[in-house]
Amino acid sequence: MKVLVPVKRVIDYNVKVRVKGDGSGVDLANVKMSMNPFDEIACEAAIRMKESGAVEEVIAVSIGVKQAQETLRTALAMGCDRAILIVATDDVHTDIEPLAVAKLLKAVVDAEEPGLVICGKQAIDNDMNATGQMLSALLGWSQATFASKIDIDGDHATVKREVDGGMQSIKVKMPAVISVDLRLNEPRYASLPNIMKAKKKPLDEKTPEDYGVDVSPRLEVVKTAEPPERDAGIIVKSVDELLDKLKNEAGVI
Amino acid sequence: MLDGVDDDVFESLVDTVDRFARNRLIPAERTVEQANAVPEEIVAEMRAMGLFGLSTPQEFGGIGVNAAQESRLIEALCYASLSFRSLIGTNVGIGSQGFVMDGTAKQKARWLPGIASGETVASFALTEPDTGSDAGGIRTRARRDGSDYVIDGTKRYITNAVRAGVFTVFARTDPDEAGADGVSAFVVPADTPGITVATPDRKMGQRGTKTSDVIFDGVRLPETAILGGPAMLNRGFRTAMKVLDRGRIHIGAMAVGQGQRMLDIATDYALERSQFGKPIGQHQLVQGLIADSQAELHAMRALVRATAAEYDRDGAAVLGASCTKYFCTEAVGRIADRALQIHGGAGYMCDYDIERLYRDVRLLRIYEGTSQIQQIVIARRTLAGRSH
Ligand SMILES: Cc1cc2nc3c(=O)[nH]c(=O)nc-3n(C[C@H](O)[C@H](O)[C@H](O)COP(=O)(O)OP(=O)(O)OC[C@H]3O[C@@H](n4cnc5c(N)ncnc54)[C@H](O)[C@@H]3O)c2cc1C
Ligand SMILES: Cc1cc2nc3c(=O)[nH]c(=O)nc-3n(C[C@H](O)[C@H](O)[C@H](O)COP(=O)(O)OP(=O)(O)OC[C@H]3O[C@@H](n4cnc5c(N)ncnc54)[C@H](O)[C@@H]3O)c2cc1C
Repeated sequence: MKVLVPVKRVIDYNVKVRVKGDGSGVDLANVKMSMNPFDEIACEAAIRMKESGAVEEVIAVSIGVKQAQETLRTALAMGCDRAILIVATDDVHTDIEPLAVAKLLKAVVDAEEPGLVICGKQAIDNDMNATGQMLSALLGWSQATFASKIDIDGDHATVKREVDGGMQSIKVKMPAVISVDLRLNEPRYASLPNIMKAKKKPLDEKTPEDYGVDVSPRLEVVKTAEPPERDAGIIVKSVDELLDKLKNEAGVI
Repeated sequence: MLDGVDDDVFESLVDTVDRFARNRLIPAERTVEQANAVPEEIVAEMRAMGLFGLSTPQEFGGIGVNAAQESRLIEALCYASLSFRSLIGTNVGIGSQGFVMDGTAKQKARWLPGIASGETVASFALTEPDTGSDAGGIRTRARRDGSDYVIDGTKRYITNAVRAGVFTVFARTDPDEAGADGVSAFVVPADTPGITVATPDRKMGQRGTKTSDVIFDGVRLPETAILGGPAMLNRGFRTAMKVLDRGRIHIGAMAVGQGQRMLDIATDYALERSQFGKPIGQHQLVQGLIADSQAELHAMRALVRATAAEYDRDGAAVLGASCTKYFCTEAVGRIADRALQIHGGAGYMCDYDIERLYRDVRLLRIYEGTSQIQQIVIARRTLAGRSH
């Protein structure tokens, strides 16, 4: 079985995000970019399946700017076998929307015929949490979201999901799209020798036109703003005052 | 001259080492301090990551970075405690570079792959109880016996001796020549009969690192054990000096990494701690401590980068390397002192990282040539450069 892992290049989670002056989005010029942390977990899951012998090949796909090559090289250094880069824009500030990404991924699935797609549950830049679900709908495949444990057994997979109420186990038919949550695994550090070797692994470059997909935006960002500054706290003198404020000022009880 | 790794790949290496240092090593620092040992699982991870082979050429399984790249990776690694760096320090620096620079094809093929993977730890044994700075005056003897050499003597403060698989041992092969020209370097497998590694020393800082006396008592070796082969007889001291040349840039980079760490934590403290109604970072005198540290850190980093580039271009940078080691290690001492001062009483308490970092960086001014020895090298070269 082949496994497809989509990976997105996003602003590094350690970077302090700054909103652009015109409010059109987050400033990404000369900012450190990395692989979306959930996608790292997805890569790790796929690579472990390969190491256990359940999977023959892991293919990483990224859709975005040309620089996403670096993100794919990281995936290859972790242990993915080959990579496909779909250059869909040359502007780092253009985010390709989930539906366009899902359509492109469907086209890649049609061409590569993997038995499983493992993706991150969401990208930490726009928190859409949509691509995996849309892809499964387009493909007509099963979906299992927010996975914190995956067991593949022949023609079905058992997936433990983190839901509001706790843990839920579901059994889905293969092929499936599985989106992964934070606690599925701890992704490995790519070793330095593997980073060197990753340069020699195949990385195909494509465009949306190659797959006949239109990536022009359908959503409009109206405004992006910094979160409001937190007001200073107050010290209350008694339990009664606390209850009064919670009831009458905060309105939470 | 030294090409190193391709630029695009290299940035990924830095990024990986940086993440490893911040996310994996820093959280383990207190465990290392308390146990006075680096946990074996971290040693294994450092091996798996390929850190032991940073400077080993690729043909022997290493990464093969040049001096400029080495210094950036070491700076990233040394954002975490120097105790971790010490583990790979001898394999990347003094323990391996002699093989790389002057080893015979056979010696390289025998030892470098293990050094690169970290399977073999390489130690460098020059210093003795009675000879430290005056390293050319070592007394350990290598007596000719037929076609063999027999080594007798004691080495002191030998880093990683307890883990070593191979020692580069400097010994006097010409008893009639009291100085550096009577010294040869020997490749000595650690399991050669007659070697005793003493109990590790107790040290002021860098807990978890291991240095020991190593006693050589009738250690018998063939003449092919001379580093570089019999043709290198009595030329070992030159190898030592070449190795230390690159090593001094490496130590400058260690100082940069630690300087950045200490400035960062002192700055964070200055933002959080309030006295006289405002964060102490808003008091001008504290700002002076921060500004002086930041300016020196910039100068240190620039000096390391420039000297490393010179080394990669020319294959040597004797004056620059001495200036780099001298300036960077003295400056990091000043940064440590200011960073601790910014912490006030808290800086004197073991609960704060700065107390430990302050002790750790103290070593940098001492080993691989004390500050005074660097001053001597710098002044001699400078005077020689102008005399006719
Ligand atoms: C933690 C640690 C790890 C080490 N690891 C190794 C290792 O792996 N391998 C190895 O071979 N060695 C190692 N060393 C030894 C180290 O290189 C020596 O300690 C160093 O070279 C200084 O020698 P010394 O300690 O004998 O001091 P000394 O040479 O006795 O110096 C004492 C003082 O005198 C000053 N001094 C000496 N000569 C002069 C002069 N001509 N003019 C002015 N001042 C002078 C020095 O600067 C110093 O301040 C290590 C040391 C330490 C502390
Ligand atoms: C071992 C030890 C024993 C002690 N014993 C006692 C004791 O027995 N009894 C007791 O009462 N106290 C004791 N102390 C407390 C000691 O006096 C304080 O630690 C000291 O006064 C500094 O205060 P602080 O630690 O709160 O640092 P802070 O006052 O928070 O100072 C932090 C930094 O900010 C600087 N700073 C603060 N204000 C300004 C300003 N306006 N302009 C410029 N810089 C400024 C300081 O110089 C320092 O560098 C002890 C401390 C230690 C470490």
